[in-house]
Amino acid sequence: MTREEILKKYDPSLDNILYILHDLQDNNPQHYIAKEDIEACANYLNIPYSYIRGVVTFYSMFSLQPRGRYIIRLCESPPCHLMGSESLLEYLKKRLKVNIGETTGDGVFTLELTSCLGICGVAPAMMINEEMVGNLTPEKVDAILEERRQTS
Amino acid sequence: MNIVRNHILISIDAGTIMSGARAVEDALIKELTKYGLDKEISVLETGSLGITGRGVVLVVYPEGIYYANVTAKDVPELVEEHLLKGRPLKRLILTEAPKRTIIIKEKTGLLKEQPRIVLKNCGFINPENIDEYIAAGGYEAIAKALQTMTPVDVVNEVKESGLLGRGGAGFPTGLKWEFAIKTPGDEKFVICNADEGEPGTFKDRLILEGDPHKLIEGMLIAGYAIKATVGFVYIRGEYSLSIERIEKAIADARAYGLLGKNILESSFNFDIFVKKGAGAYICGEETALIESLEGKRGHPRNKPPFPINAGLWGKPTLVNNVETLANVPEIIRNGAAWYKGYGTEKCSGTKVYTILGHVATPGLIETQMGTTLKEIIFEYGGGIKDGKAFKGALIGGAAGAFIGSEMLDVKMDFINLREYAAALGSGAILVMNEETDMVDMLKSVLHFFKHESCGHCVPCRLGTAKLVDIIDRFALSKGKRKDIDDLIDITQVMKGASFCPLGQSVSLPVSSALKYFRDEFMARVS
Repeated sequence: MTREEILKKYDPSLDNILYILHDLQDNNPQHYIAKEDIEACANYLNIPYSYIRGVVTFYSMFSLQPRGRYIIRLCESPPCHLMGSESLLEYLKKRLKVNIGETTGDGVFTLELTSCLGICGVAPAMMINEEMVGNLTPEKVDAILEERRQTS
Repeated sequence: MNIVRNHILISIDAGTIMSGARAVEDALIKELTKYGLDKEISVLETGSLGITGRGVVLVVYPEGIYYANVTAKDVPELVEEHLLKGRPLKRLILTEAPKRTIIIKEKTGLLKEQPRIVLKNCGFINPENIDEYIAAGGYEAIAKALQTMTPVDVVNEVKESGLLGRGGAGFPTGLKWEFAIKTPGDEKFVICNADEGEPGTFKDRLILEGDPHKLIEGMLIAGYAIKATVGFVYIRGEYSLSIERIEKAIADARAYGLLGKNILESSFNFDIFVKKGAGAYICGEETALIESLEGKRGHPRNKPPFPINAGLWGKPTLVNNVETLANVPEIIRNGAAWYKGYGTEKCSGTKVYTILGHVATPGLIETQMGTTLKEIIFEYGGGIKDGKAFKGALIGGAAGAFIGSEMLDVKMDFINLREYAAALGSGAILVMNEETDMVDMLKSVLHFFKHESCGHCVPCRLGTAKLVDIIDRFALSKGKRKDIDDLIDITQVMKGASFCPLGQSVSLPVSSALKYFRDEFMARVS
């Protein structure tokens, strides 16, 4: 979909801004909101560029930096923490050779942290793009990474 | 007409989807078709069956046999044995469950019956089918309200029921509605707060996924009571299945004339729209939510004015939590006196809890207000996993309180817990066994607050950062004696001076952790 097509889906009303930004980001293969996206959104809603940028930076689901094909968002809230998410984070950093917020050299994975995903019954848990995965162990993480790498 | 001899209810929620529920469902349909059983055995999707961490869960009726950890590979055997030959497949049976209850203690086979008001339909009806909701008595309450009650009658009924808001603060719902009805204004709004972000809480998600029409009906009744014509459901962006289900439910309700103009041939007009968040815990605070809904950064507003006087776009706005609104249809249908038959004197009804952490059977339960923590953990939650001992729990999420074993016999409700300087909050119960490092747990809580502080006011922005500095020192066993006093002092300042409940509530986990587990902190002083 082009930027214009996305914008046209919504009335040019300020309360649609989060929907528009979600769609623009999802439409970008690198899962981020580019400068051009902000400009297009600002023109469409007829509000300043700085305002849109302010909104983008407030919400944790939006990124101004290009990201990998798969965004891993590991939950770091107390229920997952209790069930061992901290050691999983170390494991993921080592496996992917990245720090939090970074993307692997091949552009496949970006490692992020998130607050509670609401699937605490299967803690520790994470999201990969839209998909939730729980009961994580290093072995399970390996299998998931391998599967995604194959399909990318 | 087909006579259906068996119904297979398969739980399709975020938890089971990740274990491959869709593949199991496809395999079931394929296999039943192979044997020509597809006309006499129906496969129905339903919401959560209240069992988590057990893979794909399904239940076969009329026998009421629950299967867990089912994979697509098991399906041929399951169909052949149980549905063709009538021999339940023992190796996958979770337990046998009578009537309308969910199984909690599969090990002993003991069943703990749950009084269900909010979750009445969850796991029993297909949430994507409006007819099933109607068949279960759905939309009767709004019909009753429209035909036999005035808006004031509705407000009085809710007030009389003693329902307290289930979002965390426990404010009397009827009173809030009364303020709303008394506020003058041509245009009023109803907002359902589904920005569920309190760590350890997913009750609202399961209501949205399992019985979305109940929420719609609750909002309709609220709209009628306060004379609003538009409602919004603000859902956090991470809850994609909830968004999908509620959007479908709204579309179906519109098609049936249950939303829109002249609902049920009355003069009442009401419609509902979904708004999606984008990842910000603070947007669970009602004024921050309103800012976000208007298309701004989610900073909280000054109170007063309260949303009830000047909320969305400056208009009178009623904000209620998902679970609160889901109680309303049953209250209207059965009456306030019936509702008061559940729970305690000061705190009526039931509460939905999520039981997590080191328990044998983590999951979701609904039980009467006033149930003790001991009962919740040891009977509903199956006790502590792997035979270890109980040490403590974090109740009500990150903005809740730590408690020690001396609190196990306290009756859980909003009012009673306040007397013990604890809080019921969102109903999350995170259980910790004897091996848990409480300093490490408080560290996790404080890191959460530092990350989620919105930056709007100084006490919270700087306070959370300073608290993290201190707790990180304790985690490395480099705490100082003065640090313990500082933890208390900083949170007290935050409690008094922070702009919104986020910063104000940090004092609760800190003071309670130090109250029950002070020794562990002292042991980390260098």
